[in-house]
Amino acid sequence: MPAKPTFSQEVSNLLHAAHGNPLKTCIQCGTCSGTCPVMPFMDYSPRRIIGMIRANMKDRVLASNTFWYCASCYHCTVRCPSEIDIAEMMYALKRYSMWKNQYQEGLIGPTFSEAFVKTIVRSGRSYEPVLAPAYIFSYGLRDFLQEAQTATSLMLKGRVPVLPPRIKRLENFRRMVNRIIPVGGS
Amino acid sequence: MKKYAYFPGCSLEKMALSYHLSAIETTGKLGVELKELEDWNCCGATTYFHVDELLAYTLTARNLAMAEKAGLDLVAPCSACYKNSYFTNAYLKEDPDLAEHINFALEEDNLQFSGNIAVRHLMEVYVHEVGLEEVKSQVSSPLEGLKVAPYYGCQIVRPKKNGAEEVEQPQFFEDLLSAIGAEPIEYSPLKVHCCGGSLILTSRRAALSMVRNLLQSAADRDADVIATACPLCQVNLECYQKQVNQEFGTELSMPVMYFTQLVGMAMGIAPERLGIGKELVSATPVLFPTKRAESS
Repeated sequence: MPAKPTFSQEVSNLLHAAHGNPLKTCIQCGTCSGTCPVMPFMDYSPRRIIGMIRANMKDRVLASNTFWYCASCYHCTVRCPSEIDIAEMMYALKRYSMWKNQYQEGLIGPTFSEAFVKTIVRSGRSYEPVLAPAYIFSYGLRDFLQEAQTATSLMLKGRVPVLPPRIKRLENFRRMVNRIIPVGGS
Repeated sequence: MKKYAYFPGCSLEKMALSYHLSAIETTGKLGVELKELEDWNCCGATTYFHVDELLAYTLTARNLAMAEKAGLDLVAPCSACYKNSYFTNAYLKEDPDLAEHINFALEEDNLQFSGNIAVRHLMEVYVHEVGLEEVKSQVSSPLEGLKVAPYYGCQIVRPKKNGAEEVEQPQFFEDLLSAIGAEPIEYSPLKVHCCGGSLILTSRRAALSMVRNLLQSAADRDADVIATACPLCQVNLECYQKQVNQEFGTELSMPVMYFTQLVGMAMGIAPERLGIGKELVSATPVLFPTKRAESS
């Protein structure tokens, strides 16, 4: 029986089509961690996450908030001396953890991404008021009130759409999505 | 007259309507027609790629295929729309298998990706397509003495497109601001730092602290206003400024405007036609230079 791929190999496979170099070329210099603007809020720095993937520490990687805190700013990617596309790796980890349904409890990222994509598949365009429940109920009272206040101010300035926008050729659009994700649709 | 397929993106429909209005007004003055892509769909920002890569490419390719049908290059004012469109276009061009797979889905909407157009950020239209000399020639009220922090953000410059461009110290935003008579302040290194993007919703504390750094740095360097080229940056920096103040006990009050609004003001276009007045942080100091002079 062929051996099951290791976690490190699985992540490599996920990055197969990406344009950066493979993770094994990482020299652990820490440029990514020093560059990352979100690093202080991450459980493990980008450099450590790469080390942990290479050491096949799957459960600890997936249980961390690191990749869900990646803002996709690509600063690490453009600075990496080994030319690893680290931001793309963070995307791959997000997809992997959603696919395995294994992520840190209490994170808003996965729920938000799911709600966002569902909204698009349903209507073709994004609509903030539909997305709000995906995150706002996870907030503490103080944050909730601040966010509600901001939303109200924006509404008064006419910056929040009243009706959800939708594209015209929605039927075609949904069939198109179905050809990529057969169980998708709406 | 130069003509482009214009892909405004979801934010510009309402949240960033002022960006849309000022883009149309100012490009019009420059003899550029932004023809809105009929029936465009959301580019997915960062979230499609959190869920499924092929879906992400398909949805973005639909817009590209519609621009191809119109025979026009695609222009996106939002940096996220731009980045997704740019790289989907590039990847599909270089990977025929991927393009074939995506085209199978596009068939359902009677579309096909062929890879025969270019994708540009709106700012490129001013800086490279039209050119700064032409922009300058349309300036009737130069923004003299206005200190502007040129905030590039991320995805207009990153990831690299051809590998050779300057991503740490770009200058094109400063050049554009100088062309309209404003005074770009030295805003490095923050000018290419991240505003937090969608983390403002999903990892609020992290994003607020990133926003705070950007605002504080601009304030410390006596900027009158921060100029942006992306609706996500604008919303994070402006609309969350109050939350930053509540969170960190700061008293920041920094107007954040789209570069197109500043270009429009320099062209003498009436503020309301540029969507000015929809701000949560007042742009008055920008609009009335006399007050600016008195306060400094």
